[in-house]
Amino acid sequence: MIVTLLIVVPLLAGIFSLLAKNNTAKGTAIVSTIVTLVVGALIGVEAYTTPLSWSIDWIPTLGTKVSFVADGMSTMLSLLVSIVMLVVYISNLNKKVENEGSFYGLMLLSQAGITGVFLASDALLFYFFWELALIPVYFLCSQWGGENRIKVTFKFFIYTFVGSLMLLAAIIYLATSTPGGSSFAWNDIVRAGSSLPAAEQQWVFWLIFIAFAIKMPIFPFHTWQPDAYETSPTPVTIVLSALMVKMGLFAVLRWLLPVVPAGAEFWSETVIILSVIGIIYASLLAIVQTDLKRLIAYSSIAHMGLMSAVAFANTEVGMHGVMVQMFNHGINITGMWLIVSMVEQRWGTRDMRELGGMASTAPRMAIAMVVIALANIALPLTNGFIGEFMLFNGLFSSEVACGTTYMILAGLGIILGAVYTLNMVQRTAYGDAIATKQGGDLTRNEYIGLAVIIAIIIFLGVYPKPLLEMTSGMVSMMP
Amino acid sequence: MIDLVWLVPFFPLLGFLINGIGWKKLPKSAGGFIGSAAVLASFAVSLGIFFEVKSSGTATVVHLFDFIQSGNLNIPFAFQVDALSSLFLLIITGVGFLIHVYSTSYMHDDEGMVKYFAYLNLFVFSMLLLVLGASYLIMFIGWEGVGLCSYLLIGFWFKRKDFTNAAKKAFVMNRIGDLGFLVGMLLVLLNFGTLSYQEFFGQVEGGQAVVTSSTYNWIAICFFIGAMGKSAQIPLYTWLPDAMAGPTPVSALIHAATMVTAGIYMIARSSVLYNIAENAQHLVAVIGLATAIIAATIAIKQYDIKKVLAYSTVSQLGFMFLALGVGAYTTAVFHVMTHAFFKALLFLGSGSVIHAMHGEQDIRNMGGLSKKMPITSTTFLIGCLAIAGIPGFSGFFSKDEILAATYGHNSVMYYLALGAAMMTAFYMFRLYFLTFTGSFRGTEDQKSHLHESPAAITIPLAVLAILSIIGGYVGMPAVFGDFHPLNEYLAPVVSNHGVHHLEHNTEWMLMGLSTVLVIVMIVVAYRVTKKANFAANTGIAKILENKWYVDELYDAIIVRPLGALSSLLDKIVEKLGIDGLVNGVGKTVHWASNRIRLMQSGQVGFYIFIMVLGITALFAIGFFWIH
Repeated sequence: MIVTLLIVVPLLAGIFSLLAKNNTAKGTAIVSTIVTLVVGALIGVEAYTTPLSWSIDWIPTLGTKVSFVADGMSTMLSLLVSIVMLVVYISNLNKKVENEGSFYGLMLLSQAGITGVFLASDALLFYFFWELALIPVYFLCSQWGGENRIKVTFKFFIYTFVGSLMLLAAIIYLATSTPGGSSFAWNDIVRAGSSLPAAEQQWVFWLIFIAFAIKMPIFPFHTWQPDAYETSPTPVTIVLSALMVKMGLFAVLRWLLPVVPAGAEFWSETVIILSVIGIIYASLLAIVQTDLKRLIAYSSIAHMGLMSAVAFANTEVGMHGVMVQMFNHGINITGMWLIVSMVEQRWGTRDMRELGGMASTAPRMAIAMVVIALANIALPLTNGFIGEFMLFNGLFSSEVACGTTYMILAGLGIILGAVYTLNMVQRTAYGDAIATKQGGDLTRNEYIGLAVIIAIIIFLGVYPKPLLEMTSGMVSMMP
Repeated sequence: MIDLVWLVPFFPLLGFLINGIGWKKLPKSAGGFIGSAAVLASFAVSLGIFFEVKSSGTATVVHLFDFIQSGNLNIPFAFQVDALSSLFLLIITGVGFLIHVYSTSYMHDDEGMVKYFAYLNLFVFSMLLLVLGASYLIMFIGWEGVGLCSYLLIGFWFKRKDFTNAAKKAFVMNRIGDLGFLVGMLLVLLNFGTLSYQEFFGQVEGGQAVVTSSTYNWIAICFFIGAMGKSAQIPLYTWLPDAMAGPTPVSALIHAATMVTAGIYMIARSSVLYNIAENAQHLVAVIGLATAIIAATIAIKQYDIKKVLAYSTVSQLGFMFLALGVGAYTTAVFHVMTHAFFKALLFLGSGSVIHAMHGEQDIRNMGGLSKKMPITSTTFLIGCLAIAGIPGFSGFFSKDEILAATYGHNSVMYYLALGAAMMTAFYMFRLYFLTFTGSFRGTEDQKSHLHESPAAITIPLAVLAILSIIGGYVGMPAVFGDFHPLNEYLAPVVSNHGVHHLEHNTEWMLMGLSTVLVIVMIVVAYRVTKKANFAANTGIAKILENKWYVDELYDAIIVRPLGALSSLLDKIVEKLGIDGLVNGVGKTVHWASNRIRLMQSGQVGFYIFIMVLGITALFAIGFFWIH
């Protein structure tokens, strides 16, 4: 029962915000997210040992149920949602947003949707939340976005929606293949899918995979992303990149690999190759970007590429690394975006050619930026390193043909990553000071937000055990 | 005492935290005091550990906490205290402390002094992790940590673009090496299931693991690639001369005495592996020798006092790798130690000069400084005598050992190394004579301000000068009897392997030869500098002045093509290719639907026509299907 709170609380808070007067919206958002954070933490303590589940009938004629499972991985990701959203809300506390009620209402709805994706153990319910998460984001982008927002969000929406429709077709097909002919429960779907003939699994794989590949995104399905990140208001960019992108990868682990194992095995090399190309390709593109948001967008594609490659490399340590890194990447990229929004607010631009000298004008912000940048390039004793080491280890020891070669190619990403990340630091933080248009160093709320991020980065970098233990039970469940 | 080993890195960490958090509010003197005291405290603990290890002679692994645990993978956060690590502890904290003290004066006019000490403490902490780790992973943590601090300190004066470029270059080049290190670790993990030294070396020596010799070689080469980056060996050495952009004490501590010797530590630590991986070991020797020679040729024609020392460092590191490559592991460690003394001394001396000259680094504008700066010039001279290898000074003992081991290995390599040693004597004394003797060539304004540095600078110089003299007596040449406490101390962990013992006559001859040649080179340097007119260089001299144009070469074959490729991908492949395709699909659908839309014209007659057509078609298909 307690599991449902994770979804119901933001859902109700979101509806309330949409309906209520503007000035309560921020408070509602913060309080409700604190509640989900506490609930998530309580579940986390439980889910360490035994997964919590809860279920009631939804549409009996279809055979679908409202059922949730909070195990190590989904609880960890729900916690990520709460932490990230809370940091976003806190650091935006003093910022003016037009139409606050709708803005925070939609944010909360999307939060509910994303959490639902992580917890759903019924395929139709999963699909429902998959869309529920997307629709508020669509409105957020198109209402509060920057230049070209209509065109960009429309493309983003259509692109992901096409993927979603294929996913729906696959889900229905799998449900009809279940023993009773209409069960959407995860167990039944897995049983139905994995007992399909291998040839059939091979095409069902693509129906499901395309949706997830667009969401992650995997090269070459990524072109919606830099535009969407650039255009969205930063809080929404954070939802997109820290959380929604993880939906894609999470879905691969929960709704693809176990469901069509033979299909996944058959196509794993293709996906790994695409992912590795994506790492190098996106890293090279990141080097020549001048807009901070686009740089981080490509950096994120490179990081996701490594995770998706390893997800298909089928090793225990790699799988464990993917789970851990989903969390770490979510934290780190949130920090990056916060810095970007602060830069944009102060200097009125994200163009690195016009920035510089943050270390003189806003030294605390510069320090925070450097720490987060270092986590982004996986420096040891930051959280990024633990995950990356496990990922490389997973790819290297994989039994996939040429695993070693893929690892070394992927490893070029850590060199290129240093190039573009240090370029970014150099061009924004170093050099002669450029006067800000408004505001100086971090405000109290921004300070708190970044401090939370940095505390997590260092803590999990030095002592990753809690995170590793939380997800260790999941690895053995993988096919 | 050994259980308290965590205190050694803890004190600098604490210093870093205090100075790091209070960098805005703490007074400068407090920052300097905290930073120096932290390292002194570590030194005291290290000293206790050193003597305890000396008496017990065993290696102890101290488990701190669980670090990475996943399935079969279990890497604890643990330290290994043994002869090798405790010796490095002493070098790092000892020389480190002197340089901290020196910095309290050197950086006193800098507004970022507290931040500087925070970085310096963080560096010492990382360096201590590097040598204390009980597994390659912990070494790697320190390895990247020192790289970070090096980056932060090279770009310490962050307003200068050329400085931050140098910082970035250092970090990126090190990352190239780090990829090698990472692959090496993954190979060890894959083949041996562990990264802990004791377990890994135990398996290698015990021969339980079924591993081919090519795997051993690959592991050793991968680690060596890491060492090339950190210890500035060909082809990854070009960052080190640029790294001189950092404050001079940083150059002394990080880019001469400690961090750049991490690669030597790594290979000495892995001696068990390199003994088996003969091809890789040979590669180490060749690369080391080549680096020693190339860097020495460049140093001959540099005019920046710190650049000469930087190339000299690269060259000396090359000597150390040569020693490792011929199996003389303890000799390499010996040279690390003596080099730490005399090179730190030389760098700090150059800092004293630069201070007195108000930031001037060009030796063409110096000369005759010994009159105004007697302590600096005397100690600098001692440093030069030590590095040149004049008998009695520390560098003589360690370098002689390297040359002797090389001679036993391969006489051609010996003569090449001897050539590099002669060049060393030449460029160091060229530097000394141009800076401290003759008449002053700078401006009148500079001349009027010339002064000896304060005690916080001269005392560390004096201490290092003494160490540069006496530091070599822990390892006497075999002809003087069996007195080699250093080898005895290191014996439980690492000892020379496959190094031929020379006949006493041969050894005497080699020693005499190198001594005579070195003295000749000093005389030559004296005569050359006396006549120096600093006319523009031509021919080979110009090539040397421009460092063999290696930076330009890297720029042309790597940096610029990579940039061009990235732009191409961004403008063509991404925007027109992939995104064009995606948009194209969208546009096609849009276009097609526009056409199809025309069919919905609202004329019922047309609809009926289409309906009839459709039904007819269905019947037709059905008919042919059945038959």
